[in-house]
Amino acid sequence: MTEPVLATKGISKSFGALTASKDISIDLRPGEIHALIGPNGAGKSTLIKQIAGGLRPDTGRVLFRGEDVTGLAAYQRARRGLGRTFQISTLAMEDTVLQNAVLGALGAAGNPYRIVGRALAGGALRDRAEAALVRVGLAEKRMQRTSDLSHGQRRQLEVAVALTLSPKAFVMDEPMAGLGAAGSKALTGFLDGLRAEAPILLVEHDMDAVFALADRISVLVYGEVIATGTVDVIRKNPEVRRAYLGEEA
Amino acid sequence: MNREQMFNAAMIGALVIVPLWAHLVDEPFYITLATRAAILALAGVGLNIVLGMGGLISLGHAAFFGIGGYAMGILASHAQSYEPILMSPFLIEGTKFMPVIWLVAIVAAGLAALVIGALSLRTSGAYFIMITLAFGQMFFYFAISWPSYGGEDGLSIYVRNGFPGLNTLVPIQFYGLCLVILILALGFSAMLARSAFGLALNAARQSAERVETVGIQPFRLRLMAFVISGMITGLSGALFADLNRFVSPTMFSWQTSGEIMIFVILGGVARLFGPVVGAVLFILLEHVLGGLSEFWHVYLGLLLLIIVLFARGGIIGLIAGREAAHD
Repeated sequence: MTEPVLATKGISKSFGALTASKDISIDLRPGEIHALIGPNGAGKSTLIKQIAGGLRPDTGRVLFRGEDVTGLAAYQRARRGLGRTFQISTLAMEDTVLQNAVLGALGAAGNPYRIVGRALAGGALRDRAEAALVRVGLAEKRMQRTSDLSHGQRRQLEVAVALTLSPKAFVMDEPMAGLGAAGSKALTGFLDGLRAEAPILLVEHDMDAVFALADRISVLVYGEVIATGTVDVIRKNPEVRRAYLGEEA
Repeated sequence: MNREQMFNAAMIGALVIVPLWAHLVDEPFYITLATRAAILALAGVGLNIVLGMGGLISLGHAAFFGIGGYAMGILASHAQSYEPILMSPFLIEGTKFMPVIWLVAIVAAGLAALVIGALSLRTSGAYFIMITLAFGQMFFYFAISWPSYGGEDGLSIYVRNGFPGLNTLVPIQFYGLCLVILILALGFSAMLARSAFGLALNAARQSAERVETVGIQPFRLRLMAFVISGMITGLSGALFADLNRFVSPTMFSWQTSGEIMIFVILGGVARLFGPVVGAVLFILLEHVLGGLSEFWHVYLGLLLLIIVLFARGGIIGLIAGREAAHD
């Protein structure tokens, strides 16, 4: 079997009496979209934070491209090629679209401590940033202030910033949240093409998008993975239907 | 040229013309006021790097201002008494040579900022404010209890330190020197704002999580900003002490930190010329209102309240509007 790009090995996390993650082992293989679903409060965001480095698990390990990254901070994981988008936008709202994209390129390939020269001057970093904006369809908006973008455009920019890192894997936390039907459909098409570049661990509530995109689905309930499998297997799993999908009906 | 740039150019023009006029009509007092404004503006330029670009509310910048002042005071007092600062293991003598004094002030303030920043930047919000304040007060009480250099009475220097080719005792010449340093610091600050470091620091102010997500460590950015800021404020402290030919623990007091922060907010936080406008306004208010009432700080407080409530971008924000996005 192909070596996973990203994997968790029995990670657990508790906050006092509340167990947010319980012995979770999931993996992300090259070229796949692995969706993580579960009802609100199931512990999806906590798991994502542990994978991306915002939280440290109490026990267990996180492996990225064969390396144990459990002890590494979020910025160190990003430097190793872990691209992340957030459920609630964390973009620099006062900056322009281009500045946000250049920031990503800077983190990936530049020297952020350089005090001489203009950050936005032409060159490899700006080319990388502009290319990412073209890919998500925001090239025309490059000089707009990020706070002036629509919700959907901010989502696109989140993805563009992640793209500037040329990631080896993406971790996306509800990228479709707040998008209309058209926006959701467009992003679904975009992510579908992206998987060949780098696999995606996708947390998503939009079940149409999940069923359209996912190669595999893991279902998280009360901090525990109750099932992992292909779309068909998950659809037919009675425990999943009862615990999660049943709520949708 | 946008409105803000035109306003900045007018400020520089006023900073050149008004003291020259005062020199021509033989009113040295106004030159001294302008010198005080230029030096305080320099301290504000330093603070604005952490406050404006970094979003860090440091209430301990008086520590760097005072370190710069004492660097000048200690070096110059040893030079005037002909007593070396250190005899062994090697000889260190005092000096009245400004460039060396500035270098010592910058390095000493930078080292202090490195230590204070490394400890305080691990916290945020109110904790950061309190820790920086505590460090400032530590230096204040240390200076008070340091009898070798005047204790709470401070330290007087009889003759202003020298700079090659200038007679620094002539007010307009010393002012010119301070103005050139201020303009260089403003140029440096503008360069910083447009650099990769400035972009990342500014983004870290808005969202530390965002910066981390692209592989940059916010702590390191902030520490670097804190050190650069401390160095500039240290230099202003050395000039301030030279202007007064006197250094005292007051330079370390929390009121000094507060005053620097107040005029930066008045002028416009994160705006290049915010500290300049703020310092000029502060000195004008001190001069005009101070002549009317000894409680002039009440009016200053009122003005600050109005600015904070109704003009978030300070005076520059009122005049020039929202900062333009630059390419």
